[in-house]
Formats: sequence, structure tokens, C-alpha cells
Amino acid sequence: MAAVVERVEGRGCVLRGNDIDTDRIIPARFLRCVTFDGLGEHAFEDDREQAKGDHALDQEQFAGARILIVGENFGCGSSREHAPQSLMRAGFGAFVGQSFAEIFAGNCTALGLPCVTLEPGDLATLMDSVELDPEQSLVLDLTARTISSRAGTMAAGVRDGTRMALLEGTWNATAVLLEAGDDIEQTGTRLPYVAGFPG
Amino acid sequence: MTTPLSLFDKVWNAHAVRELPDGQTQLFIGLHLIHEVTSPQAFAMLHEMDLRVRFPGQTFATVDHIIPTDSQVRPLADELAEEMMVALEKNCRSHGIEFFDPASGHQGVVHVIGPELGLTQPGMTVACGDSHTSTHGAFGAIAFGIGTSQVRDVLATQCLAMAKPKLRRIEVDRVLGGGVYAKDVILHIIRKLGVKGGVGHAYEYAGATIEAMSMEERLTVCNMSIEGGARVGYINPDETAVEYLRGREFAPKDEAFERAADWWRSIASDEGAHYDDVVKIDAADISPTVTWGINPGQALGVVEPLPHMTQVPDADRPGFAEAMEFMGFRSGEPVAGTKIDVAFIGSCTNGRISDLREAAKVARKGHVAPGVRTYVVPGSQAVARQAEEEGLDEIFRAAGFDWREPGCSMCLAMNPDKLIGREMCASSSNRNFKGRQGSPTGRTLLMSPAMVAAAAIKGAVADVREVL
Ligand code: SF4
Repeated sequence: MAAVVERVEGRGCVLRGNDIDTDRIIPARFLRCVTFDGLGEHAFEDDREQAKGDHALDQEQFAGARILIVGENFGCGSSREHAPQSLMRAGFGAFVGQSFAEIFAGNCTALGLPCVTLEPGDLATLMDSVELDPEQSLVLDLTARTISSRAGTMAAGVRDGTRMALLEGTWNATAVLLEAGDDIEQTGTRLPYVAGFPG
Repeated sequence: MTTPLSLFDKVWNAHAVRELPDGQTQLFIGLHLIHEVTSPQAFAMLHEMDLRVRFPGQTFATVDHIIPTDSQVRPLADELAEEMMVALEKNCRSHGIEFFDPASGHQGVVHVIGPELGLTQPGMTVACGDSHTSTHGAFGAIAFGIGTSQVRDVLATQCLAMAKPKLRRIEVDRVLGGGVYAKDVILHIIRKLGVKGGVGHAYEYAGATIEAMSMEERLTVCNMSIEGGARVGYINPDETAVEYLRGREFAPKDEAFERAADWWRSIASDEGAHYDDVVKIDAADISPTVTWGINPGQALGVVEPLPHMTQVPDADRPGFAEAMEFMGFRSGEPVAGTKIDVAFIGSCTNGRISDLREAAKVARKGHVAPGVRTYVVPGSQAVARQAEEEGLDEIFRAAGFDWREPGCSMCLAMNPDKLIGREMCASSSNRNFKGRQGSPTGRTLLMSPAMVAAAAIKGAVADVREVL
């Protein structure tokens, strides 16, 4: 059983912009590896280089942040788990945004990292609040489905299944899937193509 | 009377092992394809959990992302690439998984070889640690791109925990004009529905235009479902799909083939099946399409002028400004005429034999313009052999194109094929994200392979209809 994820608490980092894709989160050249070790330092490497120290991940006020606050369709593009792996290794334990690409969100869940959504108005308020006061601590409470900050407590959207998997510590799906036992073989061999289309 | 069902429902139900406590479905995966980039960490996790591959016979491997396209001779010049290759060989050997390595003659981009070997069949669930797994939906399979932890799940259990998406039917009707290809159809769909339009949805592509397409064209359409936000895209199996599979190496043989074909036909969506919504597209509205920005939805007809900020909806303005600045385009001018530095023909979107044939038709009309670097990269060794048999390689070479060995190549530039600096690339691949082709400031214009060939010989983006 994996660890239970009920709350993530810590400072926020505001990364503005929509449709931030996985090639930007972790450029493909860093996928030339057989482990995920060391990916943390390369998160957003090309964007950061072009921003010359101005990128959210390089701004001093956000150093040590636990919660990454993003815009719409964050993590679109490839299925590379290297993207959430690099952000996790860069210190992030949760993502708050307007919306997330599906495979990215699924990869996050598989790592025990919640992706929660806010209404656009709330998101704008939270972003402003964290930028004005980056020292404040945010609390993402999955049980209550809220995110609290100096700007108040906001309703956080999270899919029921994801929330349950995190709250019950079943986000490492392998263990859960194995519980089906022989039912897996039975479902498989019932499929005509697995059985070889017998006459 | 039984309730009419969509293909999606039929396939989903047939593969459901059980409902999981969190409301997701435990889904059996009929075909698991793996490659060198997203599998080594999954095997490491498997070993840590002391587990074996549950159905090694339903799992197949190839090497595509890191393979160089100048020479496949081992050891690979890039040490990291060689290390990844060795890891895959070792993992396949120790788990009894068939590996289509370069020596097998079957190596190629994972989404090209699955169909051409007949591994991908209608009614299957297919998973692969690669977002373009949606490609396999062209046969009426439900095919998902997954992350590495999920690759581990499939290796260990042959199952995935999945939430059932909504289903959208996209009907494309009427006849495509000359010089308009499957690539233009899918770029047009993404342009209309947006890059996040498909999030939470599976797409069923239907209508007369789709039904008239060859399997290879259907593969191009389904391939880019993910660029529209849809993790799954499929087309109902019909006689085109059945005939494509007849005689393929891994397709059923003889009488079993006929039984298979009956089953394949039976899993197509029933008349009156339920869709969460239906979108209609008129094929006559589609012209040769190119992307001008930094996501695949930022596309327009090649001769249409780029919009002015005032014509862009408020919410899209920051993205519009960022893209225009990055690409160096000006409002009011069309993409046609944009000088290019590089031309790339290949990828799992457009690296099949029909793509090379269409591009060769254009290549025959001229010679690569001075200063343009080209890469023609077949999607697989089988595609390369077929092309060489037809003399396409000679046509390309004679026209000054660089004919390469199969792999992903400049689609994502994990091998030595890369843009340099702010180079502008006409590309038949699927993503125009910043940095996608290996240079953080490199620029990508997505288009059909025939359009790429036209751009290469003109030295600038051109309307392929003027060249044909
Ligand atoms: S060709 Fe491109 S999109 Fe296709 S599998 Fe290779 S890298 Fe991915």
C-alpha cells in the first residue's frame, strides 16, 4: 500500500501561461536515461534559460515551494512521466490549476501527486495572492476538497477516483490491480483474439 | 431488442475485469507495445516489487526514439542511447518479450510497426508508453497512451485502472479537394475543436470522408487525436480494415481469419448508439493546412492571412501574442512564402509508404532549394524496403533529399537529428511545441508530407496545389 495523501501544505509558486506542454516541462534530451534520478534540476530547463533568471522556478521568492500553481491545460503533449517526475524531484507535491491534460494528471496520481482545479476567478485570486505574499503557506485539503490561503478557502475540484486513491493510499495501481487475481486471466482468455479465434 | 452500443462501449465492456473501489474500471489490455524511452524505469519498478511480466506474449518491443538515422550499427555512437538500447534488450530477454530490434528487419516507430505487422487489430485494447498510441484506433481498437508507472501496471497485471471518458462522434462528410490530405483533415479538426477540446473524451471519427480513407490515412487522423486533447480516437472497422489485415504476419490465418473478420465487423458501433455529442465537419471546407504557432491548434489554410490581435478571442490573446513573437510572424500575411531551413518527412503521423509516395510525387517536380537541409525518414524498416523497391529513395536522392534510416528522428529530436538555433522547419510530424525539434528556439510548421516536399523544393512554404 502506498502512503496516504490527505493534505499538501507549503508555499506556492505561480507559473502563468496556458497549454504548457511536457516538452517545455522536461525537454526530450533529458529523456535519454534509464532512471528518473537527477531529473529535478532539469525541469523547465530551456524556458528557464530563455527567461534568464526570470522564470517562476528561478525566482527567489518561490524557492522551496511545494505547490505549483498553473493555468489551463497544463502538461499537454507527450505521455512522458519524466514531466511530473522532474517536478516532484524539484520539490513539488501538488499542482493547482484551471485544468490539466489527462495523461499528465494520471501520471501525477500514479506518483501520489494531486492535481486539483480551481474556478478561473478563484485561480486568478490565488495567483495574485501568492505573488503578493509568497511567504504564506497554502493548504490543499483533499478530504475537504479545499485550498486555503490568505485569500480565503476555495473549493478545489478533483476527480472522485483520484481523490479516493490518494486518500486511501491506493494510488500505486499495481497493488490494486493485482487483487483481481485470476479474474485477469479469465477476462483475457475470454477475448476471442487472445484465444486465437477458435472455431 | 438490445440497446445499440458504440464500439467504445463494446470494447470497454469486453475488457472490463471489474469495477474498482474508486469507481474506475480495471481494464484488460490486449496489446502492450513498449520502447526504449518509457520502459526502463517501469521494469526497474517491476523488479523492485519482485514481479514478472504477466502476459509476455501480449507484449512487443521496438526501438525508435533514440535510434540514429544515419547508421544503426552497434554500439550506437551516443553512449546514452546505447545504454537505453542495452537495457531494453536485457529486459526483453529476461521476460520473454519479442523485441523488433534493427536486426529483426521489423524495427520502426512503434505506431508504424504495430499496424504493419498486423499486431493491432479491431476490438483490442492497446496501451503504450507514448501519447500517440491513439494511432492504433484507426482499426477500431481502443488505444491509450500511458505513463511509465502505468507501463509498470500493464507489465505486472496486463491491466490498467481507467476512468471511462465521454464519447464524441466527429463526422466528416463530402470529398476532399486535390492536394488535401488526411493530415489536413486532422489539423482542421484540431483547429476547430481546440487543443483541449477533447480532454475527457474519446473521439469516434466517422462520415463519408473518413470511410473513403485508406488505413494509412486513417492512422494519420487517429494519431493526432491527442493533439486535440483526446487520449483515444478510433474509426469503426470495415472492409478496408479487414483487407488491410489479411495476410499480415501477426493477423489470424485462414479460417481463423474469417472468424476474426466476423468478430471485427460485429464490434463496430451500432446504428443509434449513444454519443455525448456529435460534431459535423464539411470536407469541402478543408484546404492545405499549416500550423503557424506553438501548439497544433494554431493552424490555418496555407494561403489564409494570419489574424490580427483584434480578431482573436480575449482568452486566447496571451497565447496568440506569445506564438506570433516566438515564430516571428506578422498579422495579415499568410504562412505561404515563409522561408524554411529544414524539411522533415517522417514520424508516426506521416512516415508510412503512402506518405512517401505522395511526397515523392512532389519531389519529382524539382530539386531541393539551396540551403535547405532535408530528412526523409521512413517510419519503419518495412516502409524503407517497400520504398526502395518502388525506387522512391532514388527519386528523393535525385531531387537532393537526404534519405535516412527509420526512426522517430526530428519528430522529437532525441537522436542526433535536430534543429539548430532559430531554424524554421517544415515538418510532417505532430507537434510544434517550443523546443520540440531539439533547439529551444527552433520553429516548427506542421503540414502534410506533400506540403513539406513542396516547401523543400521552393525553399519556402508553398501551396502544394500549385506544385502538383
Ligand atoms: S514519431 Fe514522434 S510522436 Fe511518433 S512515437 Fe516517435 S517521437 Fe513519438
